[in-house]
Amino acid sequence: MSFITDHILTWVTFLPLAGALLLWTVVRREAQARIFAMAIALADFVLSLHLWFHFDTGRGDDQFVERVAWLFNGQISYHLGMDGISLVLVMLTTFLGPLVVLSTWRAVTERVAGFLGFVLFLQAAMLGTFFARDMLLFYVFWEAMLIPMYFIIGIWGGQQRIYAAVKFFIFTMVGSVFMLVGIIYLYLQAGSMNLTDFLNLQIGHEAQLWLFAAFFLAFAIKVPLFPLHTWLPDAHVQAPTAGSVILAGVLLKMGTYGMLRFAMPLFPEGVAYFAPYINILAVIGIIYGALVAMVQPDVKKLVAYSSVSHLGFVVLGLFSLTSVGIAGGVFQMLAHGLSTGALFLLVGVIYERRHTREVSEFGGLAHGMPLYATFFMIATLASIGLPGLAGFVGEFMILFGAFSSQAVAHARLMAILAATGVVLGAIYMLWMYQRVFLGKLKNVKNEGLPDLSLREMAVLIPLVVFMFWLGVRPGLVLDRLGPSLEKVTAPLNIQADDHHILQSSTTATDNPVFVIRNTEGQ
Amino acid sequence: MESHTTEMMLRWIVVVPLLGAALNGLLNRRLPRQVAGLLACTAVGISFAMSVLVFLRLAGMPAEARFLSDTVTTWIGFGNLQVDLGFAIDPLSAVMALIVTGVGFLIHIYSLGYMAHDKGSPRFFAYLNLFIFAMMTLVLGENLLMLFVGWEGVGLCSYLLISFWFTDEANAAAGKKAFVVNRIGDFGFLLGMFLIGSTLLPHLGAGEGLFNFQVLQHHTGTLAPLATAICLLLFVGATGKSAQIPLYIWLPDAMAGPTPVSALIHAATMVTAGVYMIARLNFLFVLSPAAMTVIAVVGAVTAIFASTIALAQNDIKKVLAYSTVSQLGYMMLACGVGAFAVGIFHVMTHAFFKALLFLGSGSVIHAMSDEQDMRVMGGLRRKLPVTFWTFIAGTLALAGIAPLAGFFSKDEILWKTWSSGHTLLWAVGFLAAGLTAFYMMRLVVLTFFGENRASAEVKSHIHESPATMTIPLVVLAILSIAGGWVGIPHFLGGGAQFEQWLEPVFAQHAVAAEAGHGAVAQVAGHAVEHGAEHSDTTMEWILAGASLTWGLLGLLAGYLVYARKVGIATTFQKLGGGWPHRLLLHKYYVDEIYEGAIIRPGFRLSRTVLWRVVDMGIIDGILVKGSALVVAVVGSVLRLFQNGLVRFYAWSFTLGVTVFVLYLSFSG
Repeated sequence: MSFITDHILTWVTFLPLAGALLLWTVVRREAQARIFAMAIALADFVLSLHLWFHFDTGRGDDQFVERVAWLFNGQISYHLGMDGISLVLVMLTTFLGPLVVLSTWRAVTERVAGFLGFVLFLQAAMLGTFFARDMLLFYVFWEAMLIPMYFIIGIWGGQQRIYAAVKFFIFTMVGSVFMLVGIIYLYLQAGSMNLTDFLNLQIGHEAQLWLFAAFFLAFAIKVPLFPLHTWLPDAHVQAPTAGSVILAGVLLKMGTYGMLRFAMPLFPEGVAYFAPYINILAVIGIIYGALVAMVQPDVKKLVAYSSVSHLGFVVLGLFSLTSVGIAGGVFQMLAHGLSTGALFLLVGVIYERRHTREVSEFGGLAHGMPLYATFFMIATLASIGLPGLAGFVGEFMILFGAFSSQAVAHARLMAILAATGVVLGAIYMLWMYQRVFLGKLKNVKNEGLPDLSLREMAVLIPLVVFMFWLGVRPGLVLDRLGPSLEKVTAPLNIQADDHHILQSSTTATDNPVFVIRNTEGQ
Repeated sequence: MESHTTEMMLRWIVVVPLLGAALNGLLNRRLPRQVAGLLACTAVGISFAMSVLVFLRLAGMPAEARFLSDTVTTWIGFGNLQVDLGFAIDPLSAVMALIVTGVGFLIHIYSLGYMAHDKGSPRFFAYLNLFIFAMMTLVLGENLLMLFVGWEGVGLCSYLLISFWFTDEANAAAGKKAFVVNRIGDFGFLLGMFLIGSTLLPHLGAGEGLFNFQVLQHHTGTLAPLATAICLLLFVGATGKSAQIPLYIWLPDAMAGPTPVSALIHAATMVTAGVYMIARLNFLFVLSPAAMTVIAVVGAVTAIFASTIALAQNDIKKVLAYSTVSQLGYMMLACGVGAFAVGIFHVMTHAFFKALLFLGSGSVIHAMSDEQDMRVMGGLRRKLPVTFWTFIAGTLALAGIAPLAGFFSKDEILWKTWSSGHTLLWAVGFLAAGLTAFYMMRLVVLTFFGENRASAEVKSHIHESPATMTIPLVVLAILSIAGGWVGIPHFLGGGAQFEQWLEPVFAQHAVAAEAGHGAVAQVAGHAVEHGAEHSDTTMEWILAGASLTWGLLGLLAGYLVYARKVGIATTFQKLGGGWPHRLLLHKYYVDEIYEGAIIRPGFRLSRTVLWRVVDMGIIDGILVKGSALVVAVVGSVLRLFQNGLVRFYAWSFTLGVTVFVLYLSFSG
């Protein structure tokens, strides 16, 4: 087995790609294609389990590294590696893979092999993005994610799929172009595309600000951060269920992952300069996303706007510049992947039955579909951060981090404002739940709808199990993140939990409120 | 070994009801209804039995050493942020544990009868067990974050149970309202926790769990400068859960849930969580005289405010609901004047008599074919003798008539308020006590006396409830009568054992307070004990006599107005053109004010301004679509797409990338 384990990252990344190619060429019959895609997705998950169990928790550097010189005498290399941050996101990706494939069983009936091929292709690109430690390689994977998603929305999407697909494509492209310019600039400085070489560069203050802005823009669009979010509701509403699940589950996290992996450690001065403003945008996103979600007549659009709100939390956590906040941010990426992934799957369930997602079409669904109502309730509670479920840990750490941040101006105020999201989340989710599931079964079209099938339960149960598991045992993830976060954020002046660094640099006071005010006054 | 077993019992006290909930939830309708109920009762019964064992173990220990803890594992551990998943018990949580599992057990039994005909009963019992699990987490959690887990958990159960009969949209709306209003409180609670955490984190020693109650107590000095902010934020949380002004509005609506739920969650246990939290953190609260004053004032105002609303309600459960709000106000008042032990004493006696009253009202509603309007009741005294007599016991206890339970706790609260120098607050509490007696007598008369005003159809079905329902009533009646005797104050020749039992929990604060703020020590109840003891005792006698007389007068007035001289009641309603009555009937229009001032404008802002104008109009319309580049690109790509050669594009893309990669690979 050593030919696999020695190149495990390559296997994990390219197995789905190989599957995609075979789906487009050989395995084209519908029934075969489904089983084949499922097998590939499962196999990839099993392979990734090797990463999970052989990951050295105590280390923060890259593990399972593969590096082969590729172009220009090794200035550009095929360089994969995985630290704790990549690990948890990779596990999320491979875990969602089979569930996504299984969810398409009834939902996708046209050009099935083509669709599943794109799903696997997308998975490969996402995994590659998490593993890449060479900036060109990263950029290739990053861009490669666009194509399959573009087709998934554009071909298998709803009424206005083309508009949504193109909007998605252009938004992301625009951001990426700026990042590409930044990458090339850094390459010319470093003489290599290696991330480590980039990190070792001494970049001037001015340049850091510009470069940070370029990278950040690309990532902020992907997140999406307010006010760059308007592609997301369209993309979600038009995308088929599987597309939405991948989009919300993993693709959005590319933005926050990119910030943490590249934009933040490469340009600490950019971070220091922009962090207060970014936090403001994050908080606007949290509140604005929630308020707009509240008034959506379409369930899927509501969930889409809720993502804007939730990802605002992640960004706030990262730019709290505290170790707790950043860890909470990464944790929230997972929690959101599980809860919002589940919500999109659940919306898909009712869409398959009724071909509508308008809240006003429903009401009283809990009568005929008790299982469905129960799963929806659990996903709702996970989404609004009920303790015991994963979302709480992330939100708590993020808000706590931001609240206690002394490194970023107004961070405490931002945390207080962001905490209103806790109230707003309950309002829009429970109100939607009430209108869809409770009350009398008013609409005759909803009578006799079948409850969840075994297949649908099989898709949802793993998600629910992990919502609880991570909610009760967050250490599963946090233990693996600690050393890696420490290493990644080393270039930044991070407020560690024992914050000796900060106390020496600012006036030592017991009360952080005064610390912030004092520094502002100067 | 033996000691270890008792400690491990803590986790099982919490987990057994969870197992009951899981079994009932997963098997659901596959379980016969009776089995579901018995399963749930057994789970809570086991919890109760274990709570008694642990209590006895504590009682056998020297007073200062009464503490057991059971740490299961680390919950959130990241750097210095260490929060354990663990449980602990001391005299305070032991009392709460006994109340929750004990009263909970009785109400589970009652529910066997009450829910016998409901086909959703496995779901009901699952929720009820889940509630006990959450409430016990709240009570036994060893740190503030665990308490918060329980805090949110009971909120969830409350939501699920209020909207249990979800076919009626009003019930569903009431459930959501309860959850959302509680979340507003939780917003304050969270910020309070953050303030504690961020202040404390730099000062923690190795192995000290952040938020652990003992650690917090150990570091009170560090928190002292921020005590007012911390305590007020936490108190916001308490106003949500314990239904104080301005967040009390959810509790009356919560009566939409099945009556056993009103008794257990919305009267006896969950709503007292705010009081428990303040008592639990008494060492922090005493550091802030300002926060204590706010709590006392809010408590007193809530007590009188809610009791005036109760005067005019026609729904039997609404009267009891506002009465609960009012009584919670008394508990807060007690905490606010530093008499935490007395506040908890009232938590206990109130749990007995209010659970009794709610269950009694349930028995009435059951007999009246689900009618809740007292205007069509009457004369049930003879048909429901057990319900009637137990209800009378509860009423007298609530009205504060000696020697029933409510007398001792309520009188003690008023006394502590007076003796700590809060004469005005005492007067408010005193006034509310009279109103309480009055509205309770009104309720009793309208329900049990006179002629029955129901339709013949309903009348023919009136019957006393089955034994599963009446036995809990009798047990609670006994507790409502005698439950206060554990706290008979010294001046009446009692031993005040209840206060003594809680002393180890609340004694340290006096020390902490003296070290830091001398002024606070006076606020704390203990400080008053010495000094002019003799004149105090005289005063205590006078006040107790006054409040007893006042309560009896209230009852008498209620009886006269509603049973004898009914004309007076109608005169009351027409007083001042009828608007004072309308004001009370419509609960001072507070819901309408919130609706008009916050909710509707909020929705309008979100829908018309944020979504339509900002999102679709400005951001998307002008910034995005307005860009000529975008339009051009969209157009050209659209045309390509419409050729329907999708596969061709997919292939050409893949091919292109492959060729490019190969080219680069071999050319380099």
